Amino acid sequence: MFSQLLAQHFVHTALLAGAVVAVVSGAIGVFVVTRGASFAVHAISELGFTGAAGALVIGVDPVLGMMSGSIVVGFVLGLLSLRGRERDSAIGAVLAFGLGVGVLFLSLYQGYATEATNLLFGSIVGVSDSQLRNLAIVASIVMVVIALAYRPLVFSSVDPEGAEARGVPLRTLSVLTFLLLALATAEAIQVVGVLLVLTLVITPAAAAQRLTNRPEAALLLSIGIALVSTEGGILLSLEKPWPTSFFISAISFAIYLIARIVDVARPRSTRMSAPQTV
Amino acid sequence: MSYVVSVRELALRFGERRLWDDLSFELAAGELLAVLGPNGTGKTSLLRILLGLIEPSAGSVEVLGRSPRQSRARIGYVPQQRIFDRDLALRARDLVRLGLDGHRWGVSLLTRDKREQIERALTEVGAAEYADAPIGRLSGGEQQRLRVAQALVAEPALLLADEPLLSLDLSYQRIITGLLDERRRRFGTPVVFVTHDINPILPTVDRVLYLAPGRWAIGTPDEVLTSETLSSLYETEVDVLRVRGRVVVVGTPDDQDVHHVHEHGQVHA
Repeated sequence: MFSQLLAQHFVHTALLAGAVVAVVSGAIGVFVVTRGASFAVHAISELGFTGAAGALVIGVDPVLGMMSGSIVVGFVLGLLSLRGRERDSAIGAVLAFGLGVGVLFLSLYQGYATEATNLLFGSIVGVSDSQLRNLAIVASIVMVVIALAYRPLVFSSVDPEGAEARGVPLRTLSVLTFLLLALATAEAIQVVGVLLVLTLVITPAAAAQRLTNRPEAALLLSIGIALVSTEGGILLSLEKPWPTSFFISAISFAIYLIARIVDVARPRSTRMSAPQTV
Repeated sequence: MSYVVSVRELALRFGERRLWDDLSFELAAGELLAVLGPNGTGKTSLLRILLGLIEPSAGSVEVLGRSPRQSRARIGYVPQQRIFDRDLALRARDLVRLGLDGHRWGVSLLTRDKREQIERALTEVGAAEYADAPIGRLSGGEQQRLRVAQALVAEPALLLADEPLLSLDLSYQRIITGLLDERRRRFGTPVVFVTHDINPILPTVDRVLYLAPGRWAIGTPDEVLTSETLSSLYETEVDVLRVRGRVVVVGTPDDQDVHHVHEHGQVHA
């Protein structure tokens, strides 16, 4: 049964879509975690849901509505570039209202409830060829921008004072980070759903941070962990008919736990210190 | 004589509030200028003007003969100590590297030249032994050494420091001050040092720029840190005392007054 499924076209599409989404989510996650903006991911994703629900009501492609919702919120959050507690409460307020509006839209929507369920919990096996192509295009854009802006992105997220003095435009990079995050989130929603975006955007990056202290290695590890979780989750869901999103979140959480244990088990002096490479 | 910094008739206003007018001074190679004064008198704003991050309301600034913005790549900046996240995936050497090319766009590899420059800066501040340690697990003083290394790594022609000693213990205050002092003695890199406490750096200071609300004075510490000068700056009777080689200011009218005598008996001018 497993090998039969593995030969199916829709499974190939799902695995490819999962890989594309894992790469962008794992990559942008590192910058989001460094900025301490995990909560923003949740807000962007839930307002993506509001956008999608709104699109369903007016009869537009929900993916388009979701992208618009995420991007608008990402842009606003980036522009405000708030820090710490102020940001948390502002995001909380916006998120709650956005979700309320989303609930209204859903009640207005007369179509199938499955569409809403898919948005909330993901529907990786339902990815079409054209959807896969769009995922790949958006992912390529995100990855190229990350590569070109890599150093200022790192500088502005780890050391804003130093970066500003060197002429790094902090606000521009804040907006850029949150816009890239919005795009990655809109991608991840299509695989794991609105409610589980954090499992691909935050968990892998948080685990990677525990395993290395080299910024480039953390980026690659985060992508790797997201890939293992997504592909592993899809394969497991072929074997056992539980939701794919459950398996993905279970694998990424297991890796996160292992990373924490490995980190704690290391002796104090060598903990997190990398071997000499120069 | 060509100056590294030349400030002419600078004025800064925020809305109705006038911070200073007609501020003029020059900075020669190897000079260490301390910028003193109570909060809200534009000490940090002056540094931001020298970095080209904000524009003055009037007047002109030249750094290395060009506009601050054009010279920015040759300015090293040491900010206040701010503790890094414990879990940050960043080594000491990575923080220093950011001072070299962290502001550049595009993809680039770490060349041998750059590696050597980073190594030199780490050695210069005595941080070579923890170059590969994660920055979030280092002490505040160690982190501040690395910020100095970050400021030095691009071979700056001017150093700006904004309260770099804040929340450091005495031994690290001496180390950080010593590093900046040594740099300007060996390489002639002038230093603008913003501080609210002159005492830790008093022996190394050439001149003091004292910013009081709406007024300013510049000169050697012996010229500026006197009862006469500060009394006329504040337009009220201010006493400047020298106690065991330390400067003690008594009677400034701003609300900073209570902070002047600290629990250690340290006095903040």
